[in-house]
Amino acid sequence: MEIKVLGPGCPKCEATEKNVKEAVAESGLDAQVDKVTDLMEIAKYGVFGTPAVVIDGEVKSVGKIPGKDEIKTWIEQQ
Amino acid sequence: MPQDCCAPEGNVMILACSGGSNVGQLSNQAAVELTEEGFGKMFCLAGIGGHLGGFVQSAKDVPSMIAIDGCSVGCAKAILEHAEVPIKAYLVLTDLGIEKNKDFRLRKEEVQKVKEAIKEACGGEQPVLPIVETGPSCCCG
Repeated sequence: MEIKVLGPGCPKCEATEKNVKEAVAESGLDAQVDKVTDLMEIAKYGVFGTPAVVIDGEVKSVGKIPGKDEIKTWIEQQ
Repeated sequence: MPQDCCAPEGNVMILACSGGSNVGQLSNQAAVELTEEGFGKMFCLAGIGGHLGGFVQSAKDVPSMIAIDGCSVGCAKAILEHAEVPIKAYLVLTDLGIEKNKDFRLRKEEVQKVKEAIKEACGGEQPVLPIVETGPSCCCG
């Protein structure tokens, strides 16, 4: 599983990345978590704002910090 | 140096018709000008219509949004309903008394009238955010 956290870098993006990493650790599933900070790369996902979370190419949230439990639900549904 | 996140809170997502009539283009031009003025930010209705994931999810997650149709055919509304995006505010330009025609020479007073109607439909003046240059072709910020 590949998870991308989109954001140029600020407390909200960092909080999102932290929640994603904790959700992955607690789920026990194998997932690669990458942070995408390049604005041109972020633009390719067609998101209105950041932070955004993408799981296996599917955009799951945009412009907000998803909670750890919500992220775990997405991971477990993949 | 960490940059501010370009989270869209406080920024109205503007989804405007850009159809082949005066009202379609008035809708689009009003969206352009309101974006330039910092009232909101126009976004890609076509991307939502194409069911491109990032665009659809963005429209679903954004806290403030307005869909603007030029006329009662309601293409923008139909696109959003098809993508299961809840419409938070909605405006039809022919309901403002603007007659639909094929004259693409847009009148300034009509563009202004549309802009004011959009602001009213969004609950009045929004805080004007500083326009941050995020680079070419960037959908965020």
